[in-house]
Amino acid sequence: MTFELETAANPENLKRVVIEPVTRVEGHGKVTLLLDEDNRIHQARFHIVEFRGFEKFIQGRPYTEVPVLVQRLCGICPVSHHLAASKAMDMIIGARLTPSAEKLRRLMHFGQILQSHALHFFYLASPDLLFGFDSDLARRNIAGVAAAYPDIARQGVALRKYGQEIIRLTAGKRVHGTGAIPGGVNKNLTLAERDLLLKDIGQMIAWSRDAVELIKKVYSERTEFHNGFGYFRSSFMSLAREDGALDFYHGGLRARDEHGQDIFDHLDYSHYWDYVHEEVKPWSYMKFPFIRSRGREEGWYRVGPLARVNNCDFIPTPQAEAERRVFKEFDGGSATQATLAYHWTRMIEMLHCAEGIQELLHDGDLLGDDLFSRGERSLRGVGVIEAPRGTLIHHYRINEDEQIVRANLIVSTTHNNQAMNEAVRQVALQYLDGKELTEGLLNHIEVAIRAFDPCLSCATHALGKMPLEVELIDAEGKEIDRLVRNASGACGV
Amino acid sequence: MSKTITIDGKTIPFMDGQTIMDAALAARVYIPHLCHNPEFKPHGSCKLCTVKANGRLVSSCTMPACEGMEVENGTKELNDERRDLVRMLFVEGNHLCPTCEKSGNCQLQAVAYCLGMMSPRYNHFYPQREVDASHPDVFLDRNRCILCELCVRASRDVDGKNVFGLSGRGIGSRLVVNSCSGRLGDSDFAVSDKAAQVCPTGAILIKRQGFKVPIGQRIYDHKTICQVESQGKTGGEEDE
Ligand code: SF4
Ligand code: FES
Repeated sequence: MTFELETAANPENLKRVVIEPVTRVEGHGKVTLLLDEDNRIHQARFHIVEFRGFEKFIQGRPYTEVPVLVQRLCGICPVSHHLAASKAMDMIIGARLTPSAEKLRRLMHFGQILQSHALHFFYLASPDLLFGFDSDLARRNIAGVAAAYPDIARQGVALRKYGQEIIRLTAGKRVHGTGAIPGGVNKNLTLAERDLLLKDIGQMIAWSRDAVELIKKVYSERTEFHNGFGYFRSSFMSLAREDGALDFYHGGLRARDEHGQDIFDHLDYSHYWDYVHEEVKPWSYMKFPFIRSRGREEGWYRVGPLARVNNCDFIPTPQAEAERRVFKEFDGGSATQATLAYHWTRMIEMLHCAEGIQELLHDGDLLGDDLFSRGERSLRGVGVIEAPRGTLIHHYRINEDEQIVRANLIVSTTHNNQAMNEAVRQVALQYLDGKELTEGLLNHIEVAIRAFDPCLSCATHALGKMPLEVELIDAEGKEIDRLVRNASGACGV
Repeated sequence: MSKTITIDGKTIPFMDGQTIMDAALAARVYIPHLCHNPEFKPHGSCKLCTVKANGRLVSSCTMPACEGMEVENGTKELNDERRDLVRMLFVEGNHLCPTCEKSGNCQLQAVAYCLGMMSPRYNHFYPQREVDASHPDVFLDRNRCILCELCVRASRDVDGKNVFGLSGRGIGSRLVVNSCSGRLGDSDFAVSDKAAQVCPTGAILIKRQGFKVPIGQRIYDHKTICQVESQGKTGGEEDE
């Protein structure tokens, strides 16, 4: 990994800028910059602040409780944890899912990704993209978007609501439901529920299309800027279906290097630790995973929409597949490694979700009632899923009494840890080095982090948001300047 | 003519030997209760069923009804006291409803909702309580035990086994298992025992069943415990 900004021989003599917490990301994160007298940057790091001993907390609990319990890690993507844990528990009870159970879970998962991508794009990312990264702070938020582009804001709200409705109908509640259980699901869709969802799906596909068009337009209006912002090259990791298709719910692990060459493919994720290791660094609570065969320095990678769309051979729904091709061929393939291309690929995925939902809703298995299966029990279970933010690994061991004795979770944001640090470094070099820091410039750093849609509560297994503080601290540790922002992004001194 | 009492002004018949609770249950008048289940001998420990009978506070599950008795049940004063009792139960144990598979079917949770307990008032004790997963079919989670002794009574009086008992005093009271190791797996407890079916909370759970009943189909999803019981469903009935 490149550490061109780790140039500080005597960091204690430098002044420190802290962006804390990073706003419009899910959870609580912090960026520190070490600057010298001339505002030259010597170190840029992205940290996660909180820690919650979730893996400990879960010990001793019966395995049946886990899919419901782990959702509490996160209020934004609980369904991903719910499903990853359920998949691990399927392995523990030796279940082979019935077609109805698997399709109902897939539907729930599509609903989750749809609502999460909509939330991220419309609420968290669109203010930067539509107004500019250093535009007037007073309107650089969702309220500003609603005022300037009421249709876009309205569609964002509606898409999100539709996704939540799918979750409600498959899991029983919009947030923290119970739909998936070890070995299957506990409810199917009734005819009335199915028809309710069918009624609006055409509109959802159309709006998802519009969102792809919007990001494509914004992106290509300033191709060079968007391609170059926080640019770096890396490998990508994701699940892929056996035939190479994009698949959020199940598949083998696939990793490709920065030139698109396979590092591995079709890997059975139940032995993920043979391929992916985790490194601990003293300055961050979050671990740094790396691909074993490439080593600690070179083995880091990106996950999430950009990784998935790059890694897959095709998207199994027509409109999203057409958009994938446009993206891949755009400007000679120049966007495929771009940090801000996360937004674009995220919207292609949202379109795929909407199309996938429509396809599923026409499948009679959703109404079936063969929902549960069980086979021979084993003491270990691994569940991997493509969560909105990327690959999510849940790994459990139980004892003979069916209690959890060990749990290991590698969440999407942790996979992206090194990559987010890399993006922060690049942006710091590109935009901040040697300049007087302003809120607009600092927001550039946040824009880079936000592209990954990091979920810091997942990553640290911590909950909650905190108000923002930006501190400028000089070499003696004296505070020179201070910016305070609330969670909505409004700013005061 | 049968004998009658009144509960909150409503005339209710009873037979000799019946308690106020018996008469109320028969007439489908809900008096909040947790340690009472009409299938077992009354126990009178949770005090949730406290009513005012002829001006005096009594436990309705143990107090025999007598001719002309005037009972106050649904008054603000009594419900305030009951809410406080439930609040104390919640802080004495570790009741994590969001992740408990009994949620929606749990009488403690249902009574709390019904009495308008929306948030905790007292500091949580966070006691260290033992979880016993040693039995092949049943999970005993003492974190959720409210010491109602329904399992004790069911095992002793119906199953004829005496698997459960209470030990210790006051805040140190705890549910113990009658086996040489103290573990459920070493007792002669069976999943088909009555005692496996009566726990009003999620302390005694059948393994491998968790969350099989979807949200929306659980006992208290659409009706409060008060509505459920006034429509004739008695406490302690199993979920599925
Ligand atoms: S285990 Fe259940 S039935 Fe037994 S005393 Fe505790 S709460 Fe009552
Ligand atoms: S129900 Fe009467 S004291 Fe518990």
